[in-house]
Amino acid sequence: MEHEITLVVNGATRRVNVPARRLLSDCLRHDLGLTGTHVGCEHGVCGCCTVLLDGRPVRSCLTFAVTVDGQEITTVEGLAREGAPPRGLRSAGSAATGATGEGGGTERPSRPHDVEEVKPALSPVQRAFAECHGLQCGFCTPGFLCTVTAFLRDNPAPSDDEIVEGISGNLCRCTGYQNIVKAVHRAAELLAEET
Amino acid sequence: MKPPPFAYHAPRDVGAALRTLAQVRGKVLAGGQSLIPLMNMRLAAPEHLVDINRIGSLSAIDATPAGVRVGALVRHSDAEHAGAHPLLTRALKLVAHPAIRNRGTVVGSLVHADPAAELPAVLAVLDGTVRLARWDGRAVEREVPAREFFVGPLESAVEPGELAVSAFFPALAPRTGTAFEEVARRHGDYALAGVCAVVTVDGDARVTAARVACVGVGPVPVVVDVTGACGGVDVPGASGGADVTGAFGEVDMTGASGSAAGGWAEAARAVQEETEPESDVHASAAYRRHLVGVLAERALRNAAREGAAARGA
Ligand SMILES: Cc1cc2nc3c(=O)[nH]c(=O)nc-3n(C[C@H](O)[C@H](O)[C@H](O)COP(=O)(O)OP(=O)(O)OC[C@H]3O[C@@H](n4cnc5c(N)ncnc54)[C@H](O)[C@@H]3O)c2cc1C
Ligand code: FES
Ligand code: FES
Repeated sequence: MEHEITLVVNGATRRVNVPARRLLSDCLRHDLGLTGTHVGCEHGVCGCCTVLLDGRPVRSCLTFAVTVDGQEITTVEGLAREGAPPRGLRSAGSAATGATGEGGGTERPSRPHDVEEVKPALSPVQRAFAECHGLQCGFCTPGFLCTVTAFLRDNPAPSDDEIVEGISGNLCRCTGYQNIVKAVHRAAELLAEET
Repeated sequence: MKPPPFAYHAPRDVGAALRTLAQVRGKVLAGGQSLIPLMNMRLAAPEHLVDINRIGSLSAIDATPAGVRVGALVRHSDAEHAGAHPLLTRALKLVAHPAIRNRGTVVGSLVHADPAAELPAVLAVLDGTVRLARWDGRAVEREVPAREFFVGPLESAVEPGELAVSAFFPALAPRTGTAFEEVARRHGDYALAGVCAVVTVDGDARVTAARVACVGVGPVPVVVDVTGACGGVDVPGASGGADVTGAFGEVDMTGASGSAAGGWAEAARAVQEETEPESDVHASAAYRRHLVGVLAERALRNAAREGAAARGA
């Protein structure tokens, strides 16, 4: 049986029909075409699928889409709109914007509120990751960006230890984390400058 | 890695949830942080899921001088930030990662009854209770004490058709300190072994009551009353009166006073004797037994020191 649900995704109201077992991660990727949210382990360990639910980071692979009917979701595609004045760096790695390949050739639902048309600036967290080389392959990056965005909102000037604790639920197989920790410090600086 | 299909029920109040559970005998979906991984891995395939996420009345945290009652929809992070009970707050910081704590519920963790989980040990060491409800023409409730609630690994006293509506964590007695010490492979992982301790001292900083609950070393939380072993012990560093805050939080491995070291070590041995750790891919039984002794001594000392520091308060 399908359920009609309404999600406010990156500020746009989206209505979709989903079976009850549809994971939020799959709803975002397959039903809404927002493939910036990555799926690694599907049991809560890797953190790639982290999105913001009413502003708080959660695992979209451990959430049924029907459960969050009516709630607000921010994915990596929506972080830029939270960003400040436009600056350069548009080319700083597609994973940092979530604008990855859309699984070429497959049918893609129309997107009336396509974020790419708006061409928003990268958010301070995204810019910091690009500047500090906080990503290599980029697979883990959308999860880190969502996690760090919420983390810095709660703790605008974190210590190294607090950062390590804050990102402990996100795994990265490439970077060795050093540059990610640097990027979080840099993002804190950028956010402080801009407010 | 996709969950199997199920019939979905989303009641809006407790009565409706209980009636649905009585009819379909489905599984309750709370935060989903244990149930959905099990479904994704096809280790669980419930035919009916009763989602309690829309029942606002279950989100209450009710603190009174007697203790704190936590509703079934209170997420780990809500309970942590509310700071309603010092030992619960301390334990919650050890549970998983922030993103999982934003969804997982305190009561869900108790019902799930993982032998390595922190919160069952907290409920057990405090002698807390879980309130269960079912539909029998009307809502019928029963209050189950922790020692009867945890039945076996991943098995609690919740019967089919029952909903856990809240859990009650009794307040600490005056001049009481707590600690939760554990060893995990990585921060946020389930612990290889862990010990939480509750220690009460008298006006002269002598131990009058001491209890621990251990995780990861038995099928259910192992509660041991060690008052016999360390009762009367002077809390190291506390003899000078109330100005012990400087030492609080550090782990004193030197055993400042001879009698105290004897008391703590004896208590730690008593705890080791009560546990039945098993070997698995993460650690051998012998290593877990070693850990539980070291952690028990550390937790008891730290809890005692905190209790002694609380004398002035
Ligand atoms: C990567 C990862 C790491 C984790 N690490 C830890 C850790 O270190 N320590 C730890 O303690 N936990 C850990 N957890 C588990 C987490 O704490 C879960 O949130 C918790 O165990 C279950 O709570 P829940 O609300 O998500 O329950 P759910 O997953 O929704 O439910 C779990 C079980 O309890 C039943 N249930 C839940 N609520 C009720 C109710 N009110 N009445 C009747 N039945 C109910 C369900 O039917 C199900 O069988 C981890 C989880 C993940 C994914
Ligand atoms: S895909 Fe969700 S945590 Fe790994
Ligand atoms: S950049 Fe490759 S996994 Fe993190």
